[in-house]
Amino acid sequence: MFENLSDKLQRAFKNLRGQGTLNEETVGEALREIRLALLEADVNFKVVKELVERIREKALGQEVMTALSPAEQVVKIVRDEMVEVLGRDTAKLRFASNPPTVVLMAGLQGSGKTTTSGKLAHWLKNGGHRPLLVSVDVYRPAAREQLKIVAHAVKAHLYEGQVSEANTATVERLAKEARREAVNSGSDVLIVDTAGRLHIDERLMEEMQSLKRLLNPQEILFVADAMTGQDAVRSAEEFHKKLSLTGVVLTKMDGDARGGAALSIRNVTGQPIKFIGVGEKYDALEPFHPDRIVGRILGMGDILSLIEKAEQQLDKKKQEEFARKALSGDGFSLEDFRDQLRQVKKLGSVQSIMGMLPKIGPFAGLNKAADRVDEGQLTRVEAIINSMTRYERDHHEVINGSRRKRIARGSGTSVQEVNQLLRQYAQMKKMFKQMGKASFGRRLAGMKLPGM
Amino acid sequence: MIQTLFGSTEQKPGFFDRMKQAVTRTRESLSERIEEIASFNKEIDRNTLDELEATLIAADLGTATTQEVLANLREKVDRRQIGDVNELKRLLKQELLAILERAGLQPVKAVDGEPEVILVVGVNGTGKTTTIGKLAQVYRSEGKTVLLAAADTFRAAAIEQLEIWGQRTGTEVIKTKPGGDPAAVLYDAMQAAKARHTDYVIVDTAGRLHTKSSLMDELAKMRRTAQRLIPRAPHETLLIMDATTGQNGLQQARLFTESAGVTGIVLTKLDGTAKGGVAVAISRELGLPVRYVGVGEKAGDLLPFNPREFVDSLFE
Repeated sequence: MFENLSDKLQRAFKNLRGQGTLNEETVGEALREIRLALLEADVNFKVVKELVERIREKALGQEVMTALSPAEQVVKIVRDEMVEVLGRDTAKLRFASNPPTVVLMAGLQGSGKTTTSGKLAHWLKNGGHRPLLVSVDVYRPAAREQLKIVAHAVKAHLYEGQVSEANTATVERLAKEARREAVNSGSDVLIVDTAGRLHIDERLMEEMQSLKRLLNPQEILFVADAMTGQDAVRSAEEFHKKLSLTGVVLTKMDGDARGGAALSIRNVTGQPIKFIGVGEKYDALEPFHPDRIVGRILGMGDILSLIEKAEQQLDKKKQEEFARKALSGDGFSLEDFRDQLRQVKKLGSVQSIMGMLPKIGPFAGLNKAADRVDEGQLTRVEAIINSMTRYERDHHEVINGSRRKRIARGSGTSVQEVNQLLRQYAQMKKMFKQMGKASFGRRLAGMKLPGM
Repeated sequence: MIQTLFGSTEQKPGFFDRMKQAVTRTRESLSERIEEIASFNKEIDRNTLDELEATLIAADLGTATTQEVLANLREKVDRRQIGDVNELKRLLKQELLAILERAGLQPVKAVDGEPEVILVVGVNGTGKTTTIGKLAQVYRSEGKTVLLAAADTFRAAAIEQLEIWGQRTGTEVIKTKPGGDPAAVLYDAMQAAKARHTDYVIVDTAGRLHTKSSLMDELAKMRRTAQRLIPRAPHETLLIMDATTGQNGLQQARLFTESAGVTGIVLTKLDGTAKGGVAVAISRELGLPVRYVGVGEKAGDLLPFNPREFVDSLFE
């Protein structure tokens, strides 16, 4: 499904290519595909409409730049507009000048409030804080038991309290007691986990408002599921109207949902997305980076994440040298090929790397190829290259029949596999050379975000 | 929830009323907009259909389903020169109903003399445990015997949550300790059910994202375990889906079907403002029927899905 959309976008851009000006006609088709991509990513249709109109205006009013193709120019406008909506900075938590800071968790049922509460406590502990957790969810069966287990797992303090009746009075009492406990125990942050509720449930929304009055929280975080569809705007809008939210946590971002809800929620609340939940472990809470989710929503890939990950684990100089050599088309030897394989293995699975690359442009084919990659094959390929002499690695053309036989024996593979590797290597070399010629490749070599 | 919202906890509304209430919000917004569009454009031209496209998308039907439905509609409009709003609505309704009914034709595996095993799967937080509680209530009220298998051994307090539902519905829960083997719990529950001639075994599983292949493999393993005891088990595998889910729901349905052999969908939290239109997309693309809808937090808040009622309510 994603591939289809990416292909469509790419087709639209192909049509754009070779045109000199950004006129109505040129931009129209690309915008139609972008609109579909945004809708398919679950961005609310009203938000999409606004966004597309703004993009159209900007695109039409703009002079054609020589540095970018018309397609790239449109994508750049799209990207800038989306980042604009999402806000540029990764927001931080606000702390009270007079502790304890109170963080109130709010959201629909099943959005992940309890798990996020635990993750937040873990995150705060790592930052040198002393969080205290309390669950005022007296309604859902075993909800308070769940937070107790979570608190234990992250080794955070928990105020348990007593519940005899499941009503608002009990909720308010628990909140007050927890606040007192935070002061008495010297906890500087109180995290209040609340029951999931529908935004149209007046009684429970009133309860939320009364909790806000009682606790005067510094942060009211709206916990929302990244998989949410068009309804995201209504729930977020209603919660914001009743509570004046201060931020959003987008959960379940480790799935393959494209997370268009982020754009919708941000658009209707104006509040920053502060964190994203990226896994079931308690350390799987990350600050939100608007520019990254833009790529994800559009299916342009998480280029920035890839670069960051690569920078952490790779020898940067080696990469630059590789890029320079590979793209010049001559210097890319089998030795370099092996180095790259090793780097790739260090990074993680090929699929996960490919998943971070854009799904349009020259990378589209690579993504499809990655689906067929067998991880064990990487090891065999490395073995084959290891069985070559240094000279053979630099001059693959000398590898004749008898050398192939020797290499196959030495690496425990077959001549067919050796042949296949050499064929692939030749193709890759050719591809890199072509990429080097394209302006795209030069930008990639500089490891900067290509003008999109 | 519906009852508490409208303050009518005593008087239980009839089935049709409740079904209608559950989808009222969907209906209002959808038909309002169609009316708005269609009355604005006296003639149903390409523009009208473009606007309709946005309307269906707003109901979470997704671009592919929306485009197909509208393409079919467009054909009919071309053939018959339709300029009437009601006629347009009727045709659109027909299209949607056809999709849902086609999926509903899928037969449930026959059960003879053995406990019917229902495997309940889904991503995190969709309402699996709650739905199981409600499902137990449905069967108990029919005078059937039910065993619950607490095979979500992963999430904190999941077992406790199911036990509370067990108490509420007078149903025994077979469990192991947290972190235990889910397949083993399933095995134990099925053995107990066989020995006691229990009518139903409902198996709760841990919520998992469909992209985590090792967790999806675990579901495949549970299926194989079930088949060792009863060859046709699980007789039904229900994918619990939150009605607020957007287009990712399709991918969920696809991958859960691959690993767990999903036979039906339960659309939960339909008492909110979410439309649950992704269910239409799932029915169209995967032929999976919606079996039940969840409309509240109480044991009685689970209704059998009726496609005609559902679509009728959308367009009344």
